[in-house]
Amino acid sequence: MISKDAVLAWIRTLADVYHENRQYLTELDSPIGDADHGINMDRGFQKVLEKLPGVEDKDIGSILKTVGMTLVSTVGGAGGPLYGTFFMRAGMAIDAKEELSAEDLVTMFQAALDGVIQRGKAELNDKTMVDAITPAVEALREAVSSGASLSEALSKAAAAAEEGMKATIPMLAKKGRASYLGERSIGHQDPGATSSYLLFKTAYETWGQAN
Amino acid sequence: MIGIVIVSHSPKVAEGVKDLADQMSQKRVKVVAAGGVDDQTIGTNAERIYNALLEAYSDDGVLVLLDLGSAVMSAQMAIEMLPEDKQNKVVLSEAPLVEGAIVAAVEASIGNDLAKVNAAAEAASTMRKLP
Repeated sequence: MISKDAVLAWIRTLADVYHENRQYLTELDSPIGDADHGINMDRGFQKVLEKLPGVEDKDIGSILKTVGMTLVSTVGGAGGPLYGTFFMRAGMAIDAKEELSAEDLVTMFQAALDGVIQRGKAELNDKTMVDAITPAVEALREAVSSGASLSEALSKAAAAAEEGMKATIPMLAKKGRASYLGERSIGHQDPGATSSYLLFKTAYETWGQAN
Repeated sequence: MIGIVIVSHSPKVAEGVKDLADQMSQKRVKVVAAGGVDDQTIGTNAERIYNALLEAYSDDGVLVLLDLGSAVMSAQMAIEMLPEDKQNKVVLSEAPLVEGAIVAAVEASIGNDLAKVNAAAEAASTMRKLP
């Protein structure tokens, strides 16, 4: 099981990870976007850190919804509504729980993915965060239903997200500012898929060890 | 009379477009700017847009004019935050931001309804400016 403290640790670590990768994500965003993804994610998660102490004693659903609402109003780029929706839907899916089972995680990330697809209208292979999150959720579900340990399932999800992220390199962008570039978007790794991979990688690193 | 909300990544652009629209309607129309993440930061902010929608709202409806990219998703989120009976009285316009806002302000000020104002604003995309 993943405790509420572990969920809080994941969110805090994510803030560190996005802070450390601020430059990297922004560099990925500069040839095919508006060179702000790293700065935006960092700004959003720093605000999340400020808000967390006020909701720490609430249930996991409320905590995740607060993360989502904070991102919506502070990230600024497409990541705001998309990651905002990701965390809000994740929070709604698990509602008032105080700890999460492996099955809860599958439900939570599936709901988050559905929200992102609904919000951004992106399909697989459009060169977006959906290309990292979809295989991660599928790998997680498959591992959990075949009885893998939580650590193993999260490791597979992170690996699938990484593969999905790398698969965006040869893709032609169909969404967002990168789509204005047409053929010139080919050959660049999508920054949104990269920030989504970091999210699953951090989940594995935070939750995988103890489970 | 309908209200108008101006959404831009740039707070200055949103304020500037509001100024132009206000001048055209002689402030007879409620035009609210919702630009930037905050007054200093480029980006869009669903909560800021939500507050602007509330400010511009009347039962005649609100027309939202946008620049590009995340402005659309942030505006959609802002609409979803409204109570359900208000959601269907808010329309996102395909109109070009500057020309659309000017046309919309004029059309709204003479009392046209939401659909008519939006149609006129969207037609601004084919307006010729060079002889």
